Amino acid sequence: MLNKIGRDIPMELECLQGRRVYEGQFAMTETGTRAGKPVKLHTPGENKLVGSIDEAIEKVGLKDGMSISFHHHLRNGDYVMKLVMDRVQAKGIKDITILNSSLAPCHEFLIDMIKDGTVTAIETSGLRDALGKFLTLNPGVLKRPVVIRSHGGRARAVCTGEAHIDVAFMGVPACDRRGNATGRKGKSACGALGYAMVDSHYADKTVLLTDNLIDYVYPISIPQTDVDYIVEVEAIGDPEGIASGAVGITKNPVQIKIAEMAAEFLDQAGIIQEGFSFQLGAGGAPLAVAKFIGEKLEKKGVVGGFGVGGATGVLVSMLEKGHIKAIYDTQTFDTTAAASLDNNPNHIEMSASMYADPTTDCMTNYLDVVFLGATEIDTDFNVNCMTDSNGILMGASGGHSDTAAGAKVTVITCPLIRGRLPMIRERVETVITPGESIDVLVTERGIAINPNRQDLIERFRDSNLPIYTIEELQQMAYDMVGKPEGIEVSHDPKDVVAIIEYRDGSIIDVVRKPLL
Amino acid sequence: MKHLVKAAMAGFDEKNDVLVTVEPIASGIEVELKSKVERAYGKHIRAFIEATVKEAGFDGVKVTAIDKAAWDYTIKARVLGALERGSAE
Amino acid sequence: MSRLTELAKKRLSRSMMFVPGNTPKMINSADIHGADSIMFDIEDSVAVTEKDTARLLTAEALKTLKFKGETVVRINHPTQTPYGYADLDVIVPAKPNLIRLPKTEDVSEVEIVAKKIEEVEKANGWEEGTINIIVAIESVKGLYNVREIAQGPRVVAIALGAEDYRADLRTGKHKPAHELLFARQTILHAAREAGIRVLDTVFSDVKDPQGFREEVEFIKALGYDGKSCIHPSQIKIIHEVFTPDEKEIAHSVKVLNSYAEALRNNKGVIAVDGKMIDGPIVVRAQRVVDKARAAGIKVELEEGAEIDVK
Repeated sequence: MLNKIGRDIPMELECLQGRRVYEGQFAMTETGTRAGKPVKLHTPGENKLVGSIDEAIEKVGLKDGMSISFHHHLRNGDYVMKLVMDRVQAKGIKDITILNSSLAPCHEFLIDMIKDGTVTAIETSGLRDALGKFLTLNPGVLKRPVVIRSHGGRARAVCTGEAHIDVAFMGVPACDRRGNATGRKGKSACGALGYAMVDSHYADKTVLLTDNLIDYVYPISIPQTDVDYIVEVEAIGDPEGIASGAVGITKNPVQIKIAEMAAEFLDQAGIIQEGFSFQLGAGGAPLAVAKFIGEKLEKKGVVGGFGVGGATGVLVSMLEKGHIKAIYDTQTFDTTAAASLDNNPNHIEMSASMYADPTTDCMTNYLDVVFLGATEIDTDFNVNCMTDSNGILMGASGGHSDTAAGAKVTVITCPLIRGRLPMIRERVETVITPGESIDVLVTERGIAINPNRQDLIERFRDSNLPIYTIEELQQMAYDMVGKPEGIEVSHDPKDVVAIIEYRDGSIIDVVRKPLL
Repeated sequence: MKHLVKAAMAGFDEKNDVLVTVEPIASGIEVELKSKVERAYGKHIRAFIEATVKEAGFDGVKVTAIDKAAWDYTIKARVLGALERGSAE
Repeated sequence: MSRLTELAKKRLSRSMMFVPGNTPKMINSADIHGADSIMFDIEDSVAVTEKDTARLLTAEALKTLKFKGETVVRINHPTQTPYGYADLDVIVPAKPNLIRLPKTEDVSEVEIVAKKIEEVEKANGWEEGTINIIVAIESVKGLYNVREIAQGPRVVAIALGAEDYRADLRTGKHKPAHELLFARQTILHAAREAGIRVLDTVFSDVKDPQGFREEVEFIKALGYDGKSCIHPSQIKIIHEVFTPDEKEIAHSVKVLNSYAEALRNNKGVIAVDGKMIDGPIVVRAQRVVDKARAAGIKVELEEGAEIDVK
């Protein structure tokens, strides 16, 4: 069945029964009430501390066929999933659904657990490296295709109960003996715990793992009222992998050129003004935009409103220089930003739900502008940030479609050509964010405005910026490197390896096994 | 028709470049390609290398190319460079 | 002198960006930073073992890609090195806008290059002056012959190359570069006498944008048209310095409009803001307008007020 953006969704798949296809960025009509933890009486004298992961697994009653969740705040330094899954495997528990906020290269061990039947389903925002390749090339190795959700879409699915978590195993850098937890303190400090906040609240059972049991915690990110058990472990992660040093601004001249043009575009669009709010996606060019926005704010003598993170040192330095008044942060990317969250009251932690869940009053709806990267974009402005040029799962949905839908202006910053590959395609391999959410594409050789933004096209008619149609930019790339051949994929429904859920739960695309 | 007098190389194993080796063979043009962009441009690059050798008037050449996403002009320059080097006594 | 060569002498020439001629990655993105001229170098930045492949790569790039901006190739010297003639054989047919002759010491060297260009132009049926020459003065001998060199065939621009010149003087690098003052001014005077563009040498410390800016301001004050650069971040600074400010533009517009009006009404003497306007002031005003437009600033003049100073 073709959805609104012309993607053929094999609705006959068992996992898609009762689902609907994508019909537009704000087309959702479902109502209902949010899900929640089962009711249970707590009595004086309870002790949440248990001696081992095994004991926690027994106490929560984990058994075959259940769904368990982990968060990705510890990024590529995460030890928690391995610590828990090794015990799950040792206990012979099978048919587990891993319902993660995202997956990093350090979760490669899941391949063996998929092979032996411990893990039979995966739902995540991101997939990379060996695991992404394994899942793309081996359809049927899981009992149903991987479900890819945006951060906001996952928060929605968890809150509504669509993605039901039986047990949440949450690594926390600090907590007290009742389970009040924070990501701000300790040797494994990771900053905000936005994803963990949602999971802890909605899971049937919540187990915290910590390497830093302290007497009192404040501010509290995860409250004791959401926590069932606590396990003390030696380390929840490798500090090296949890947070890199300050994520710096790129030195790549092409990325800098793109960032500079993006900031200039924004300025000429009249957006850089008192109180304006923005988010910068991860990646070279989006982060570099910060520097140029800062320069423009200083030149105009105005102060922006708030920045939304994924906080980095770059955003923090804007806060500290007085370019913006606050940061709303759901996950923290580097040590500078983690320190800022701990010290600066204007660096505000928020849950993934408050960040981007379309069924809440989410912060993404308050964005004036967002700068995002793309693996590729097509002439309909649809963006892929999930599969690579060979059709392999190697990216993340992240907050891409959430912020793009919410922001008044969504700017994609992307080189026109990477290596030899033109980044503007006739049709992207996988759609994460629909073209209707994208307003502008900025490349190093020119800018294209989405034709549905006639107001912007009109405004830039006499601009000195190099404005083209997206087809003209595409031709420019083809003139330099030639037109690439597309990827051939299997059209057998059995070869669907991933379902791409739009943030409202509708199906925007599927990933099919590429034919090598 | 020109012929190589010896094997020769040109180019670099670097981003956007291609390391080309040419060797004399009895006749014909053989192309062996290892490319970063095999799926998108592999067929094109093989044909392009062959056409470049022909256009330069050579026969009896085996071309081995290790490509790191070089653009056509670079591929042509490196093939011509290797042929030139392989033709010098 | 041909029509095209005369035009080439007047081309906007604020920035000339050096790009190593044997590095595809740099060539691919050479023109995105908006340099007025892109100079592909197959001389000093290329090892002697790769001279052959560098000239082929640069030539194929010129034939295949459409670069925004003037294209220049710095060849190896035809008589001082064994590579120069082969460079000319491969590069000239690839039709760059300019051949840059390094370490020029005598006008006879310019004539060698001009003769080769003429042959190739004729063989291909290209209009005379399709390809021209920029010379670089990099030695005391070259500096003493600079007036004759600047007036050599097809020479449309001249540049100072300071590295070798400093060695020739037995001095080193200083900030500010007092040691270059005589050469800078001598070359400038020769260029103005010959009616050609004049560009300053590179500033190699890319981590000192402030020092770079000061040097650009200095050479602009001397009278230079532009500067050579080695990093994209330097282009922006050059263009900022060479972009007239709003006050300057507004005044120039007023001068040109008043001048046009005076011509229309056959008025002999005119004044703007109480100051007399004469020929040189009008030419200067038009140059300011041209530079502003090159920097992307919209400048509108009354009908008939535009004059051709190119």
